[in-house]
Amino acid sequence: MTLSAQAPGPDTGAAQGMTIVARTQAQMVRRRFFRHRAALAGMIIFGFVLLLSFSSIGFLGIPGWWDKSYLATGALVNQGKPTLSVVPEFLGGSGIGLGEHPFGQDDIGVDYFAKTMRGAQQSIIVAFLVAIVATSVGTLIGAVAGYYRGKTESVLMRFTDVMITIPVLVIAAVIGRRFGDSGVVLLGTFIGLVIWPSMARLLRGEFLSLREKEFVEAARALGTPARRIIFRHILPNTVGVIIVAATLSVANAVLLESALSFLGLGVQAPDTSLGQLINEYRTAMVTRPWLFWWPGIFIIAIALSINFIGDGLRDAFDPRQTRVRA
Amino acid sequence: MTTPPNVPLEPHAVDPHAFDNPVTGASQLLDSAEEVHVGLTLDAVRPPSEEEILTVENLTVEFPTEDGLVHAVRGVSYTLREREVLGIVGESGSGKSVSSLAVMGLLPKSARVKGRILFRGDDMLKMSARRQRGLRGRKIAMVFQDPMTALNPVHTIGDQLAEAVLAHELMPRKTALARAKEMLDLVGIPQAEARLRSYPHEFSGGMRQRAMIAMAVINNPDVIIADEPTTALDVTVQAQILEKLLEVKDAVNAAIVLITHDLGVIAGMAHRVLVMYAGRPVELGDTDSVFEEPRMPYTAGLLGSIPSLDKGSGSARLRPIKGTPPSLINLPTGCPFSPRCPLATDVCRTEEPPLAETDGGGHYAACHHWDRLAAAEDPTEFFRTESETVA
Repeated sequence: MTLSAQAPGPDTGAAQGMTIVARTQAQMVRRRFFRHRAALAGMIIFGFVLLLSFSSIGFLGIPGWWDKSYLATGALVNQGKPTLSVVPEFLGGSGIGLGEHPFGQDDIGVDYFAKTMRGAQQSIIVAFLVAIVATSVGTLIGAVAGYYRGKTESVLMRFTDVMITIPVLVIAAVIGRRFGDSGVVLLGTFIGLVIWPSMARLLRGEFLSLREKEFVEAARALGTPARRIIFRHILPNTVGVIIVAATLSVANAVLLESALSFLGLGVQAPDTSLGQLINEYRTAMVTRPWLFWWPGIFIIAIALSINFIGDGLRDAFDPRQTRVRA
Repeated sequence: MTTPPNVPLEPHAVDPHAFDNPVTGASQLLDSAEEVHVGLTLDAVRPPSEEEILTVENLTVEFPTEDGLVHAVRGVSYTLREREVLGIVGESGSGKSVSSLAVMGLLPKSARVKGRILFRGDDMLKMSARRQRGLRGRKIAMVFQDPMTALNPVHTIGDQLAEAVLAHELMPRKTALARAKEMLDLVGIPQAEARLRSYPHEFSGGMRQRAMIAMAVINNPDVIIADEPTTALDVTVQAQILEKLLEVKDAVNAAIVLITHDLGVIAGMAHRVLVMYAGRPVELGDTDSVFEEPRMPYTAGLLGSIPSLDKGSGSARLRPIKGTPPSLINLPTGCPFSPRCPLATDVCRTEEPPLAETDGGGHYAACHHWDRLAAAEDPTEFFRTESETVA
């Protein structure tokens, strides 16, 4: 008996007539995401902020296109008022241009544009670190608890519950006080180690339902080791949930970092972050409002745009979502 | 009387072109009505040897629940020889699936499993979890009922097949994928190379089940447990899948435990058949012998309740078995089939008959009155309904 004789050649007709145009999940997600207007706008705004902050003053010693430093002081020009002008001359303004100090200067003559950009950089770095650390830890703990169940689950989830009961800001404040001046990398990592519990709960729920699926049983029937079942068979099925939760936690982390720095417990001078800038100049609200508004606007822009992106991703990953956004 | 009951089986009655190409469209549906006999029958594949590879001895499985202990399997024993196809039939809740999940070691932790499951002489229930896992998928593989849910939706077919290999052997992914392609060729999926990159949702039901079969045999197992492999499929592709299963079994030299509630499938596929009722084996013997001369009223009743497509046969009416199977929590004393059995006497209600040899030839039945069935001209006649006599 020849087995190969059963396999038809490539020209058996049917193959050509039945070209299936199936979209992979990734394609469908992309499609739905780009139809989500708010998410698209969020992505453009966030991309712009990211590009602006990292390209203007440079990063890690790589120089940017903006010639002033966020540390160097200079002579106060026009009481440090912003020179940015967006009103064209024919409307009675002074024309569109950046000027010498587009965002103005602070009380000792440091260029406030450079300072705000540095703050945005720091805030974004902290936020992404927090999200990465919290997502990894939360995913790992949730996955192990959900898959193994029993004692493992009890121990891990009670630990998670304890972590949840302690107010995040309190722990973060302690961490910030201890590590705030040792750089944003440590700060972000440690804050991430505090806010993972919600992620762990989410992932545990996902795993509890997925572990009962027949394809998991099939994997077990193939003698697949538990570690491989968790990471190769179940975890990829939770990618949507993870991406969405991670995105939203970026936005939360931006706000948390700002709150910490505002309380004086986050990033310490002479380095700066958006929250720290607001804290420093909250009293200048009336006299030199630009010192308060610029970092504020950037916090809002970053947090809002990332939230919109997360919102769009959630809709895009939801297979029940059939409504087409016009 | 030796006429077998008219079972609408004929798993090989399919259009040869349909078999060749599972992706052809509607035309094959029309063609298959012609019922051309092709391909493999059980006689065409290599016969089983005498060597026993799987022995199940007095297996019991119990599940503690809030309502009490569920006696899902109560003392199942059977042997599986090399290259043999053993059919296990029974209705839902008869313990056929649970007993094979026990063999695979896939029962939930709460299950209490007793007895012995010997794979080539080694008791699988006493093995370390690690060794048991080493056997699973490599020596004993499983084909699941529903290929829709048994394939992982986020991985390509090729990845999943390769994964089955990589779970047991360290090798480059490329080698594993090459092996996957070979297997897709073996189960008759056209354009195997391209299909490796397809996702399960791009496959039809029949192709998915072929892929499942490919996954089961990719490690050259000695035993394939097929748990209702065709139940979730279209009737038109059922026969193709069964035939493929036989062909693949022959290619890798495996034995099959075929679990089904479809007697037609058993008739065309199995060397021997084990009939289960209420968690117990009630009849065991060669397929022909069990189908032609049932020695347990339950089997006779099952055979009598199959619709006949053969217009010439005597009774056009079905002879259903009245009643429902007993609860597995509170089993009646005596033979569990006695409340539904037309032959039941007092002894049946007090004493559960053991599975004992009947009139020779390795034919076993658990019935006090098997001799009455042997004496009857038509073993299904005990299930004749009143309406039938009127007609």
